Amino acid sequence: MTLFAFTSQIFLLSILAGFLGALTGLGGGVVIIPVLTLLFGVDIRYAMGASLVSVIATSSGAAIAYVREGLSNIRIGMFLEIATTIGAIFGAYLAARVSSHGIAIVFGVVLLCSAFASFSKKPGPVPGAVPSPLASRLELVGTYPGPNGPTAYSAERVPLGFGVMFGAGTLSGLLGIGSGAVKVLAMDQAMRLPFKVSTTTSNFMIGVTAAASAGIYLSHGYIDPRIAMPVMLGVLAGSLVGTHVLVRAHVGTLRAIFAVVIAALGLEMIFNGMTGRI
Amino acid sequence: MAKPTDQELDIAIAGMLRFGVTLAALVVLAGGLLSLRHPWTAIPDYSHFHAGDLALRTIPGIFRGALGLEPQSIMQLGLILLIATPVARVVFCVVGFARQRSRLYVVISSAVLLILLFSLANTAF
Repeated sequence: MTLFAFTSQIFLLSILAGFLGALTGLGGGVVIIPVLTLLFGVDIRYAMGASLVSVIATSSGAAIAYVREGLSNIRIGMFLEIATTIGAIFGAYLAARVSSHGIAIVFGVVLLCSAFASFSKKPGPVPGAVPSPLASRLELVGTYPGPNGPTAYSAERVPLGFGVMFGAGTLSGLLGIGSGAVKVLAMDQAMRLPFKVSTTTSNFMIGVTAAASAGIYLSHGYIDPRIAMPVMLGVLAGSLVGTHVLVRAHVGTLRAIFAVVIAALGLEMIFNGMTGRI
Repeated sequence: MAKPTDQELDIAIAGMLRFGVTLAALVVLAGGLLSLRHPWTAIPDYSHFHAGDLALRTIPGIFRGALGLEPQSIMQLGLILLIATPVARVVFCVVGFARQRSRLYVVISSAVLLILLFSLANTAF
């Protein structure tokens, strides 16, 4: 294949991946890695490197939209980033030691889980307003605009949330994805924070988490500029458009179709990993 | 100076992030356009991973190549700017929390910054 054909095809598919990733909330990395490995026969390590830089670009590029809503909590985010960055370094360390087949199988399982999770999206329990001693000592509290004016919330089960965040960081470093879904899970389900606070704070955390493993990816040679360039520019452009459309569009049907596609890609990654084709 | 609120800190950070991403994307694009001056060259075999050129894997090597206007080094330089953007965000937070006199969060954000610098210093130089 010529450089022009390779670059333009990956660029166009990355725009689509970024667009769909933003619309469905699954993120562009989850789509572009199977596209590069299954369609272009690119080794999964190059795909992970390209995905990781696009994750940094989309989370930083979308920050301005989230900040306007005034829902993210920088203290909770910063505190939990201790867990995600250490996890990300650990994950990147693992990635250098696990075979490509092994990574493909883990990736496939993560795809199946995210497809499943996007079907069974349920709001978390109502957050408590009385902070636990640990949450108030760490200032993991805030207010959000509720139906009856500003409503106070406070983090619960802080150690559990911290632990799940370490897992989210590890997955991010091992697979080159943002693992936003796991971060939301840690805040929304484990720490019982309001869902909107969880999603916006998670977006802020994704870039810092990915930066912790990006240096390791770079020095190991996972980030090849000829692959990362069209992926980063395409996913960034697609996700910016997707975020704008999201405000108006009705995405229920699209989400369902996309979940089926993600599940199919997941099965194919597991199959190819097991038969040694990836 | 007045103590900034968390919301003001958020807005300043988001503006900085947008600047970093825009700058990084422009540098990556410039390198990409330069590399496409020879559009019909064949791409290397990517089906099996091998670590590749050391000059594209270390920060000094990338800077040297970019100064020599190597297209691949320029793209890599843009990606380094991109990786540096969230790191700058954490620096912003350390300063912001210091101006709020929030000692606990100066310590917490400094810890995150140290973890990030530890990861970058151990690998990219």
